Amino acid sequence: MTALEVAAKLLGCLLVFLTVPLLVGQMEHKAMAHMQSRLGPMYAGGFHGWAQLVADGVKFAQKESVVPARADRRVFELAPAVALLPYLFVLITIPVGPGQTAHDLSVGVFFALAVVSVGVIGVLMAGWSSANKYSLLGGLRAGAQLMAYELPLVLAAASVAMAAGTLSLQGITHAWRWWWLPYQAVGAFVFFTAALAELRRPPFDMPVADSELVFGPFTEYTGLRFALFLLAEYAGIVVFAALTAVLFLGGWKGPFFEHELGWLWLLLKTLALSFIVIWLRVTYPRLREDQLQRFAWVALVPLALAQVALTGVVRVVTA
Amino acid sequence: MSEHEQHEHEEREEQVPGKGLLQGLGVTLRSMTKRSVTREYPHVQPELPPRSRGVIALLEENCTSCMLCARECPDWCIYIDSHKETIPARTEGGRERTRNVLDRFAIDYALCMYCGICIEVCPFDALFWSPEFEYAEGNLLDMTHERDRLRDWMPSVPAPPAEVANAEPAKEVSGAGPTRAGAREARNVPPRTAQAAEGDAASAPDDGQPA
Repeated sequence: MTALEVAAKLLGCLLVFLTVPLLVGQMEHKAMAHMQSRLGPMYAGGFHGWAQLVADGVKFAQKESVVPARADRRVFELAPAVALLPYLFVLITIPVGPGQTAHDLSVGVFFALAVVSVGVIGVLMAGWSSANKYSLLGGLRAGAQLMAYELPLVLAAASVAMAAGTLSLQGITHAWRWWWLPYQAVGAFVFFTAALAELRRPPFDMPVADSELVFGPFTEYTGLRFALFLLAEYAGIVVFAALTAVLFLGGWKGPFFEHELGWLWLLLKTLALSFIVIWLRVTYPRLREDQLQRFAWVALVPLALAQVALTGVVRVVTA
Repeated sequence: MSEHEQHEHEEREEQVPGKGLLQGLGVTLRSMTKRSVTREYPHVQPELPPRSRGVIALLEENCTSCMLCARECPDWCIYIDSHKETIPARTEGGRERTRNVLDRFAIDYALCMYCGICIEVCPFDALFWSPEFEYAEGNLLDMTHERDRLRDWMPSVPAPPAEVANAEPAKEVSGAGPTRAGAREARNVPPRTAQAAEGDAASAPDDGQPA
């Protein structure tokens, strides 16, 4: 691999990182609007508000970046980067076609889940350094939520890794067969739900519950730093949707042209899963903090354990 | 259904776990496929009913400055100033007549609540509903429309509705016949008492007003 190749791959990752989240954001604007019998953005860019997020970005860039007087300035300024960058790093390991990965790690699942969890540290930093009680509460809730949902998330991913016999995301995609859909259905449900919670997306958005915590850890942020947190949220949706697609829906596998159109199959699956994320957001009310914790420990963890047990039994029997 | 039965019924519905969750997803998905209710008003004109009540127009010629509208207005938002003019006698030795001349007629739309009572009470059809509604102003004081502006709304007043065939003739039409008595006979109304006839005579000059 020459340096040029590496640069091209990284540039590709960066490009995906900067465009697909915007696509999801626009989809959220429009899908949510129509689910609520509204039109959503209609004027930015001329055609059905396609440039709304570009306009938003320009607006955010123009705004003053305010740091509260009592805030821990350096931590406060660093937090958006810590929240955003992990998702960029995870993109490197996502396979977009047979043999097409920016870098095929042999411990891909492990790497992806470990790095994605770093994002919450950015949120904790934001919550702590803001010197604001709402921010602090939101940050701690985000931390508690990660604690609770990381376990089912990892267990569900472990089940797939066991079934495939490898931790490499590329290897898992190769090993994937269509009958894994019913076989790993419980795991997929657990992984996707836990991913929603890790992203602090509704109905698991207790950390940013705007009616009680203003905007949780992001309350004090303005301008570009605030925009970065929003971008982190949508990048997170893309990354987790892509991970779910790779682990449970066969990644780049499709009905035809897997070698040429692998990236398209993955993109379609990712966008479909992102749509479900938006759909759930529009449909369900927020879970209360205790319900949220209870759901993780009483429902998701046992389900994930059952899935791991099932996969283990099947592996032993068929081996 | 007794209360107990109803309770049991509710419990039975609860038996399928997650049914409500799926129904919720169905509701949002269905409303996504339906047409949204948003109206893009400033860019797309709304489709209003032809007789929607937008603004009140004044046909000044019909106004006799009788002040009925101003007095009935619940918001007191109609301002009328008038003075009397003397018309010299038409015949030698005749009596001079006086008539009201309108000096000012204004409606303050910042106060108006669009009840339409002024239009209802106007005996001479000087006020009309117009469907125009785009007359918002940056300055509150500009919401008071003087008579020129009220007059300008007149062309937008829709024509009166067509008469329904075989219906009883409207009071305005049957009352404006050749004579009141004739009209009364046509409607087969018994002759009134002397007192009522006197009151009738007192209001007789009204008949001469243009309709």
